[in-house]
Amino acid sequence: MAKIRRNEKREMPALNTSSLPDIIFMLLFFFMSVTSMKEVTYKVQFQNPQATELTKLEKKSLVRYIYVGTPTAEFRKQYGAETRIQLDDAFAEKSDIGEYIVNERSSMKEQDQGLMTVSIKADKETRMGIIADIKQELRRAYALKISYAATQRTNY
Amino acid sequence: MAKKVPQINASSMADISFLLLIFFLVTTSMDVNQGLARRLPAPIPPDQKVEDTDINKRNLLVVKINSANQLMVQGQLTDVKQLREKAKEFIKNENDDAYMPKLFEEDFGAPIGVVKYTKEHVISVQNDVDTRYQSYLDVQNELVAAYNELRDECARKYFHKGYNELEEDQQKQVQKVYPQKISEAEPKNYGGN
Repeated sequence: MAKIRRNEKREMPALNTSSLPDIIFMLLFFFMSVTSMKEVTYKVQFQNPQATELTKLEKKSLVRYIYVGTPTAEFRKQYGAETRIQLDDAFAEKSDIGEYIVNERSSMKEQDQGLMTVSIKADKETRMGIIADIKQELRRAYALKISYAATQRTNY
Repeated sequence: MAKKVPQINASSMADISFLLLIFFLVTTSMDVNQGLARRLPAPIPPDQKVEDTDINKRNLLVVKINSANQLMVQGQLTDVKQLREKAKEFIKNENDDAYMPKLFEEDFGAPIGVVKYTKEHVISVQNDVDTRYQSYLDVQNELVAAYNELRDECARKYFHKGYNELEEDQQKQVQKVYPQKISEAEPKNYGGN
């Protein structure tokens, strides 16, 4: 007959954790490949508009970003709730865009300069007036390849 | 006598890789960079006067968006969902209608051959200063979608493949049949403050 053993001290075998680093490294590489580094700290908040005919921006080094939206809560006191433009890490005026583009372009390799793409990341509620102004500035600076950042539309 | 190499203690390896993992989770963002790619027209030199380009009225599809985000296509109030079909109809002009763009015959090389196409059509998008960005992008999106669909149809007809599966020079051939001509006017103030 089977004996019911109780209150008998049995030691738990030690769990073999030697493969744990490998698993974690795998996770790490997965995340490294599917994510991208944050370009800047956002000072404006925006929600991308939706669209269906999207193309991926290929080479990260050739893309420059213009953010358009209302200042985030911490900056609202200082800058108000009007739509603002952000270039790199700072607020900017429309007139700064031309200079920014020229500077960024000259920092690129010569053969890449013609391939520069400007991605406009604007809030979907933005009025077109400011977007049109930005576009005019970009035209003047000969940054003609642009991309309107958007997310994939799932439903109408 | 061979000396025994002491085994390295690797138990902290997991901690180190966890640390790296968490660092990458925090500093990276998941969102992929995608968007609607467009090309702006080159600037007009300041010393050059703006000339009224002579575009025959039948070659022009005017799409206006007002400050209340309503859409007007050729003077008719239209829903965004109908824009794609209208644009396709306009670009193709299969029945050679008098009020649709003029058809030209051209040889596009094998296997497309001689095909009629609307060489001079222009889609003009005009928006108000107060138009919402999303509405504007919806219109742009529908127009690009119209071109993409037409090119895909063309690719399937002549190459029996989707447009995206074609070789680069084949894509160029198809692009010539349906050249993308979306023009954007300077923003004006149409009706309603």
